[in-house]
Amino acid sequence: MSTPADQQPGPSPAGAEGDGAAAAPVARHRYDVVVIGAGGAGLRAAIEAREQGKKTAVISKSLFGKAHTVMAEGGAAAAMGNVNARDNWQVHFRDTIRGGKFLNNPRMAELHAKEAPDRVWELEHWGALFDRTADGRISQRNFGGHEYPRLAHVGDRTGLEMIRTLQQRIVALQQADAERLGDPDAMLRVYAETTVTELLKDGERIAGAFGYVRETGEFVVFEAPAVVLATGGIGKSFKVTSNSWEYTGDGHALALRAGATLLNMEFVQFHPTGMVWPPSVKGILVTESVRGDGGVLRNSEGKRFMFDYVPEVFRGQYAETEEEADRWYTDPDNNRRPPELLPRDEVARSINAEVKAGRGSPHGGVFLDVSTRMPAEEIRRRLPSMHHQFKELADVDITAEPMEVGPTCHYVMGGVEVDPDTTAATVPGLFAAGEVAGGMHGSNRLGGNSLSDLLVFGRRAGLGAASYVDGLGEDRPRVGEADLDAARATALAPLERTGGESPYLLHQELQQTMNDLVGIIRRADEMKQALDSLDKLKERVAHVSAQGARPYNPGWHLALDLRNMLLVSIGTAMAALERQESRGGHTRDDFPEMSPEWRTTTLVLRADPAGEQVTLGRRPLERMRDDLLALFERSELAKYLTEAELAELPEGERP
Amino acid sequence: MSKASFRIWRGDAGEGRLVDYTVEVNEGEVVLDVLHRLQATQAPDLAVRWNCKAGKCGSCSVEINGRPRLACMTRMNLFGPDDVITVTPIRTFPVIRDLVTDVSYNYTKARQIPSFTPDPRVKPGEMRMRQVDVERSQEFRKCIECFLCNTVCHVIRDHEENTEHFSGPRYLMRVAELEMHPEDTADRRMIAQDDFGLGYCNITKCCTEVCPEHIKITDNALIPLKERVASRRYDPVVWLGSKIGRRPAKDTPKVPNT
Amino acid sequence: MTQVAQPRPANKRAQISAPTFRTDNWRLSPILTVLGLAGFVGYATFRSFQQDHYWVELYHYLTPFYSPCLSATCEPGSAVFGTLPWAFPWFMPFAAATLPFLLLFRLTCYYYRKAYYRAIWQAPTACAVREPHRSYSGETRFPLLGQNLHRYFFWIAGAIAVLNTYDALVALFHGHNGGFGIGLGNLILLANVVLLWCYTLSCHSCRHAFGGRLRSFSRHPVRYWMWTQISRLNTRHMQFAWITLGSLVLTDLYVALLSSGVITDLRFFN
Repeated sequence: MSTPADQQPGPSPAGAEGDGAAAAPVARHRYDVVVIGAGGAGLRAAIEAREQGKKTAVISKSLFGKAHTVMAEGGAAAAMGNVNARDNWQVHFRDTIRGGKFLNNPRMAELHAKEAPDRVWELEHWGALFDRTADGRISQRNFGGHEYPRLAHVGDRTGLEMIRTLQQRIVALQQADAERLGDPDAMLRVYAETTVTELLKDGERIAGAFGYVRETGEFVVFEAPAVVLATGGIGKSFKVTSNSWEYTGDGHALALRAGATLLNMEFVQFHPTGMVWPPSVKGILVTESVRGDGGVLRNSEGKRFMFDYVPEVFRGQYAETEEEADRWYTDPDNNRRPPELLPRDEVARSINAEVKAGRGSPHGGVFLDVSTRMPAEEIRRRLPSMHHQFKELADVDITAEPMEVGPTCHYVMGGVEVDPDTTAATVPGLFAAGEVAGGMHGSNRLGGNSLSDLLVFGRRAGLGAASYVDGLGEDRPRVGEADLDAARATALAPLERTGGESPYLLHQELQQTMNDLVGIIRRADEMKQALDSLDKLKERVAHVSAQGARPYNPGWHLALDLRNMLLVSIGTAMAALERQESRGGHTRDDFPEMSPEWRTTTLVLRADPAGEQVTLGRRPLERMRDDLLALFERSELAKYLTEAELAELPEGERP
Repeated sequence: MSKASFRIWRGDAGEGRLVDYTVEVNEGEVVLDVLHRLQATQAPDLAVRWNCKAGKCGSCSVEINGRPRLACMTRMNLFGPDDVITVTPIRTFPVIRDLVTDVSYNYTKARQIPSFTPDPRVKPGEMRMRQVDVERSQEFRKCIECFLCNTVCHVIRDHEENTEHFSGPRYLMRVAELEMHPEDTADRRMIAQDDFGLGYCNITKCCTEVCPEHIKITDNALIPLKERVASRRYDPVVWLGSKIGRRPAKDTPKVPNT
Repeated sequence: MTQVAQPRPANKRAQISAPTFRTDNWRLSPILTVLGLAGFVGYATFRSFQQDHYWVELYHYLTPFYSPCLSATCEPGSAVFGTLPWAFPWFMPFAAATLPFLLLFRLTCYYYRKAYYRAIWQAPTACAVREPHRSYSGETRFPLLGQNLHRYFFWIAGAIAVLNTYDALVALFHGHNGGFGIGLGNLILLANVVLLWCYTLSCHSCRHAFGGRLRSFSRHPVRYWMWTQISRLNTRHMQFAWITLGSLVLTDLYVALLSSGVITDLRFFN
């Protein structure tokens, strides 16, 4: 193992609390690898970096073990073949690419499919208790888009199991260090409730990270040649979201300001049915199986409006009368599916249209009703968790009255552009894994692929960062004092300013803008309007002021987060305006078709160091290797690829 | 829309007072919504810890009308229109500011428990466990670490001096979880009593009462652990057995330097 | 120095003088518990030392408070195992061999511990209500370390339950005209015995002994089955604890009233 960074020569005070500039003392810590984010990807990256002998810090915006990963329910997709032995990585790869509408980075999808089983088994070896098959192996469940039962799971709380297992693995490593080195924090330390506001660079290379400790409001500097971003998504920029407090796009914004590139940011996954009422639970998912089991969507006039929204391409495949639709549940062979079961983007678009036409429910959604569709007893038996969820949180008895639902922002497919094998971003020393990284899921993520993504690329980020540090030798980047002063001034500005607007109100406006204008259904004029509004918001956010003192001041913290949300929102709106097609998580009302030409194009975002100017560029999508292309039928490829690409396809055997 | 009267503890470093607020409440809201409205309208620096707002992360533990609860799962219609709702920080842990407390006690205790210890000969992917064998520990792994059980436990809540010797229901349950894990090979029974303070527990079940995940902490974790400890330490028959050479005890020690 | 692991010395608990902010009637439950326990203890003490009205010769009804009857003065037929050669003094219950163990079984019971620690010892009186004690050591020291012997009292209580069952069954074969017969007294004795079994078998130590202590259930299917059944009973341990106090009093009272001639047994058959 390598020497801890503390013992290496450097100009800045080594180790803990040093004396920063006179204005405000700054604690300094030196590490080999700093991981920003303590969700699944961050913890897995930290474990790997530590196991590679690197002195590692994990910086967590929340308490240790509270990250958004705990919200994941379904499971982690891994082709272990425990339930169906025909499953293998090739099938998983194919499903992933289909789900992403052929826009995925093929190498990432390949690594993911190949390595996911090992990552899941590893968790089990660290103490995770997945549900079991009859012969004692890890059970796997079916999920949308997956050809075979593939999701390792624990009831409906798989994310919690994963975060707890990784958390306990970190503790186990710390215990080993405590025994060997006398200090559990010697080589791997978690900085809870600490937020990074700026990445620090030395020339082109990453030199560390600057942030504040929530509890005290004091600043802290991490000097490290390698920084792994694992900050999750951007959902808190939208009003209605299933995402938690931390999801303010910090990693996306940090990467942009550090000079790295983001790609695919226009692809945001909206789920058509989230709770809309009461306000406390707005955005929480209502599972698709409610509709699968017979639930129907109605507007305020009591009409099953989905019959009016079957698009041309699907006409013929869906029932045209309520009678036929109702017969499908018992006799699917001789009847067509009810239009409530159209693809998610279609359903979401229709709900949106009904609400805009003034036929929405009292709280801005539509009605999802099972109460008139089957006996109360059957609802309780078939949808126990939904019954409980609405009873507990909304005081709604779904056996007696309809639910109110509407689309909710769920996941961002886009993110930091990384090298698939090492997760290295375009800035030396910067790495990214998990939701903050882009490419893996293409234009749409399959359920279950998120948890396995965290594990596979979390580990690769730890490995990548460790080998980058090894490659540096003695030539380590240094943190510049001027950068520290600038970061400190930026962070303190909202607190020192008076008379500016409240960060809470600005946040509400930002969320409303993104929700209304860059939401599930997008139009050029609306997005231009959004960009205008965001531009004006930028001025106001630049003058936001937070009241109170520095210790644990949520208003101040939100003011700092706002900057990130705004930057990422602008980027998302720009990319969404640019891409003139509908694909996966990007639905254009004015360009409803999927375009093979657009498939070859990846939209890339950059920003200046201050995060003031965002620029949009284009880049060709990485070509899939021939052996991977050979996993698909030519007829399927023909739906996605351009004529030119099809002409280039190698001839030969097809599986 | 209606108005509600709140009394919220505001202060830091232990010093503080209850401050009265009158605030709008909309239908269907929870206490956390009201706290957020206070932040946005009257008290922008009101400190409250929260995260997922769906009862899954266990961050927003506070005491509402004297009961330890999750603010995000406490619906306003629990209270009458004229009730004054008192919100205080959880009493067992040091207060950082307003409703936010320093819960590091819990992380310290977590580190002292010897981790999952599989048989070194079993490689990843080779474990075979039946559903019936994992179910007991799975119940405990539903824990969202809101620390309400540790907060309500009188052993440390009313006797701060016991914090050093008592790990609280959360971490005694963690010991039970590992002791019931079908692939674990360590034996934490001695340290459960000597270092983690199982003997302090007088099974008065407040931990079970406050658990938002409805884990039967007392009946399924603490009492079975007490029984296991009794077998190891207080059972004369077992003691006699060990004296005549049956099953030499291999006790796993507490993790040093934690 | 460890931010995660150690509280900052400056931080103290919120200084709040009110013992609780609970607005519900948290005193009610401990008061009811004290009344219930005191009522039973009063009645049981009186009856145990009464040394009379415990046996109905005609139907062979023996109250559980006097089983087995061991004094030389026990009424003929009431002593299943025969008697000791001497008459018990006034301070010695006739069932001196069993009552102390039944008392210990219930004293060390995980449910009763909760009940009296809360209601009598006030540690704590109710959840999140500040308790009145200066210091607290729980069950870490003598004599409360003795609570760990609950498992032994469980086995003894099981044996006593067998005896009570025997008493109840024997009475079935002493009808009015000899031979099989059923009266209300028989039903009460039987119901009491069934409830006693429910209480005894739902014991946490029993649950541990019959299966809970195993790490692997799948390798011991029979014990897993037993553990499952006991676990189902165990969830109602508290209810059985209270119900059996009531059923014991009721059974004893019925026998006492018959024995003293205040009432006569309602006979359904013979």
